Amino acid sequence: MNLAADISIAWPEIFVAVTAMLLLIFGVFQGNQSARLISWLTVGVMFIAAVLVLSSHSGRTVAFNDLFVVDAFANFAKVLLLLGAALTLILAMPFNAREGIPQFEFPVLVLFAVLGMMMMVSANDLISLYLGIELQSLSLYVLAAIRRDALRSAEAGLKYFVLGALSSGILLYGMSLVYGFAGSTGFDNLAAVFAAGDHDGAPIGVIVGLVFIIAGLAFKVSAVPFHMWTPDVYEGAPTPITAFFAVAPKIAAMALFVRVMLEPFGDLFEQWQQVIWFISLASMTLGAFAAINQTNIKRLMAYSSIGHMGFVLVGLAAGNETGAQGVLLYLTVYLFMNVGTFACILAMRRQGRMVEDIDQLAGLSRTSPKMALALAIFMFSMAGIPPLAGFFGKYYVFLAAIQAELYTLAVVGLLASVVSAFYYLRIVKLMYFDEPLDAFDQPVGKEISTIVIGTSAVTALFILVLWPVLGSAAIAAATLFAV
Amino acid sequence: MFTATIFLPLIGAIIAGFVGSRLGNRFAQLVTVLPMLASAILACVILYTVGFEGQGETVHLFTWIDVGTLEISWALRFDTLTAVMVFVVTVVSAMVHVYSIGYMSHDPHIPRFMAYLSLFTFFMLALVTADNFVQMFFGWEGVGLCSYLLIGFWFEKPTANAAAIKAFVVNRVGDFGFLLGILGVFFAFGSLDFDTVFAAVPGVADQSFNFLGADVHMLTTVCLLLFIGAMGKSAQIGLHTWLPDAMEGPTPVSALIHAATMVTAGVFMVVRLSPMFEFAPVALTVIVFVGGTTAFFAATIGLTQWDIKRVIAYSTCSQLGYMFFAVGVGAYPAAIFHLMTHAFFKALLFLGSGSVIHGMHDEQDMRRMGGLFPKMKVTGTLMWIGSLALAGVPVLAGFWSKDIILESAFAAHTGMGLYAFWAGIAAALMTAFYSWRLLFLTFHGKTRADNHTFEGVHESPPIMIAPLLVLALGAIFSGYLAKEFFVGDGMEAFWGTSILMLHNVIEDAHHAPKWVAQLPTVMAAIGIAGAWLMYMLRPSWPGKLAALIRPVYQFVFSKWYFDELYDMMFIRPSFYLGRGLWKSGDGAVIDGVGPDGIAAATRDIAGRAGRMQSGYLYHYAFAMLIGIVLFASWFLFGFFQ
Repeated sequence: MNLAADISIAWPEIFVAVTAMLLLIFGVFQGNQSARLISWLTVGVMFIAAVLVLSSHSGRTVAFNDLFVVDAFANFAKVLLLLGAALTLILAMPFNAREGIPQFEFPVLVLFAVLGMMMMVSANDLISLYLGIELQSLSLYVLAAIRRDALRSAEAGLKYFVLGALSSGILLYGMSLVYGFAGSTGFDNLAAVFAAGDHDGAPIGVIVGLVFIIAGLAFKVSAVPFHMWTPDVYEGAPTPITAFFAVAPKIAAMALFVRVMLEPFGDLFEQWQQVIWFISLASMTLGAFAAINQTNIKRLMAYSSIGHMGFVLVGLAAGNETGAQGVLLYLTVYLFMNVGTFACILAMRRQGRMVEDIDQLAGLSRTSPKMALALAIFMFSMAGIPPLAGFFGKYYVFLAAIQAELYTLAVVGLLASVVSAFYYLRIVKLMYFDEPLDAFDQPVGKEISTIVIGTSAVTALFILVLWPVLGSAAIAAATLFAV
Repeated sequence: MFTATIFLPLIGAIIAGFVGSRLGNRFAQLVTVLPMLASAILACVILYTVGFEGQGETVHLFTWIDVGTLEISWALRFDTLTAVMVFVVTVVSAMVHVYSIGYMSHDPHIPRFMAYLSLFTFFMLALVTADNFVQMFFGWEGVGLCSYLLIGFWFEKPTANAAAIKAFVVNRVGDFGFLLGILGVFFAFGSLDFDTVFAAVPGVADQSFNFLGADVHMLTTVCLLLFIGAMGKSAQIGLHTWLPDAMEGPTPVSALIHAATMVTAGVFMVVRLSPMFEFAPVALTVIVFVGGTTAFFAATIGLTQWDIKRVIAYSTCSQLGYMFFAVGVGAYPAAIFHLMTHAFFKALLFLGSGSVIHGMHDEQDMRRMGGLFPKMKVTGTLMWIGSLALAGVPVLAGFWSKDIILESAFAAHTGMGLYAFWAGIAAALMTAFYSWRLLFLTFHGKTRADNHTFEGVHESPPIMIAPLLVLALGAIFSGYLAKEFFVGDGMEAFWGTSILMLHNVIEDAHHAPKWVAQLPTVMAAIGIAGAWLMYMLRPSWPGKLAALIRPVYQFVFSKWYFDELYDMMFIRPSFYLGRGLWKSGDGAVIDGVGPDGIAAATRDIAGRAGRMQSGYLYHYAFAMLIGIVLFASWFLFGFFQ
């Protein structure tokens, strides 16, 4: 493989990396007043990167001595995370201008985080995986604490950093164990080693290492019991950052999780399935129950995303092609629902101040009916009411679970989704049946209203695009099993 | 023609029911009465062509259910039996429809009433034209429903609602028997088609089946179950309690449903199924016993009641008893003969009493009547005709039909037949007595009504009198005209294959001793004379007699304590059971463990889950490490297995 060929394969990532550094230099010279311009430029970069990803040929290719892989699965995830990052960045711009987050580093950090995520989903080696994760995580730590003068933001950043460092250590330790016992860090080599292994199973060291790797990745997708940072960070971080946290890193980490489990460790399925099974079950249950008592809508969304990750993990636990397809479909749906919901949360302002209490939504249907309708669509969709988008996400992961005969998981998942329907529907009840409070500030801004309209339309009418999305998800999922 | 006869009332009911309230009372009346009259005229033609020219046929409408071996078609079976029933039902119904225009003229819900009446008629026709058990059951339930709706027509009256519910519930008991009977038929014959079943009856006549370790004769069981259904609908002793209460409904309803048609459905059903019952002699014996007992028992109660409609209701009950023991001794034609004549004179009596009630402004208690004859000459005369027919005074309708029933019972030469015969003779005496008690108390003697009411008494309008005249013609002549075909020499040609009699008991009845034939007439004369003596000549005697035999009087007056007995045996225990299941079963167990319990548990778990989130970093890190240790051990133990 020559360098030119390698570069052409990794072209979107290289483009993002170069432009990120250029934008950083540009910002240094222009100062904070260029933040808005840089933000838009960043959005443009993400857009171009997405076009580059889409235009790359779909077959599976590896580059840089098998460290880096491009296939339909990676491309699908990259498009999703680029879209999520771009949308949240657009949401962040008016917020940053208003709330006093002037730093031009903000969009650049987001871009670096996105670069890390793209590396993650294209990782084909434990080392490149780790590099991607760290690039992403370090950017996110800074973003969480970007309001240095706000106590809660700083606390959130610090907590995230400490626990993230712990999880990184765990992950790295697991990798070293795997390397020590299996003799390789490359995914292809690992897969070959485990495929050739005797049927008594892998060496103990590999098993323990796998547990550590799972723990590290579970931390990134905030699955139980590695979820505890999530509510605190979500609540403390500035709302657009929370929106970003809830969408892009989750998509990237979940895609990575699926690839790592199914590609290098695919032949240890029997072993890891029960752990994923437990993580998934615990996440769904905790996400459903713990959210009930929450009063802060950002904390509620934190538990909601824990629950959603549990549902996505059902697809992984199934370990079949339908499962991987369901994961991708669920992540797509999750992207639109979450971005839309956070856009609504960003519109919750009264006399120039953000409000985050759920009770403040009371009577929204009378003070701003359009926003109430959009939020109701998102809530119904998250609760999984057909024919909204959320239903199809749940449907396909449960379908996969049934095919894999994971009946307990499917039943518990359904029950958890019943419980979680309680707090989603409570928001609808607050908006439509309670006495209205003072109206929120109007207008909410062009960015927010456009994104709310767009995402709610996608969520409500998802059935129209279901088959194309499902088709590309199927192609993407198939590449994981083709190896 | 056949189809039109059946469906005209339904069309009327649908139009009146759905758009009647918008288009006005007059429209609703026209749209129900005219199809009904047309249907009645068609029915007369059908009776002629089928009964006398023998052109019966079965009109296949469509296949209703076709599952596995069960195939049920919707078909109209027209043989002589059906033709007679259709004739009776449509004619009486048409008269009642016309009468209702006058009687209900001040009611605010005329379209609803007319729609119910027509709907009832349709269901009744569906019942009598049924070609299989399921279709019959459809009509059977339909008339039950309409009966419920019409008894409770004045829904703002609590007693009417209670009576409607009572009628429905008591009928459910009978219907349950009927349904079990139908299932039994399917079990025994593998079909529910009348023709198929009837053809197969002789083959299974000796079969028995094992029930809870005992061998039970199959056909007897099935017939008894079916008869329980008939008992419920026809208010035979034990399941009769709803009929007197059903008088809470408007009087035209009582005349149509609770005298002439629906209550005779049980009799019709047994006659229709004569090819089955003929092979189940034990069941027939039971029917004779129940019929004879009912005839006697209901007549005794009729002696003591004060409500004019209740007297007639018990009389109906008693006359249905006659029909049943006629069926039981095998004299099916006699039962249908009496069914027809009874329909005429009993509808006449009911509508006449309705006319009285109408004239008295809703007064039903005979103790506040008397001396009305000069004010209501036409009604009074018609009531006299009806009573004469009911009592079996010669040449009127009841004379012919009641005589042949009693003669048949005597000629059956069985112990049970004789029991029924003597019960019937006693009932005939009482029938005459209570009929004239009613007439004397209502129309003759000095009035006991207060002045104001008495001043207001008036004859009913022509629209109410005209149907009475038609029915009176029936009450006078139907017996004489029809006896030759129904129970006389033309019998076999007339009935054709619609009724099966293994042994022609009617033939024997014609050779019964002379005294048997004359006894009912003598009894009627004695009864009339007795009533005249006690209520005209010596009005103080009834009270003295009642005081003299006080316990007996009290027992009879309280309707043999059936209601009290049922209240104690069934209603109270049901209430206790229901309350117990509600409070402890549903409230404590199902709600407690179910919805409420789950909600409380959810709240509790949510609270615990929230408390885990302490905010301390080291707690979070600890949880992560514990998780890793847990998973590692899980893996390793799984690995070492």
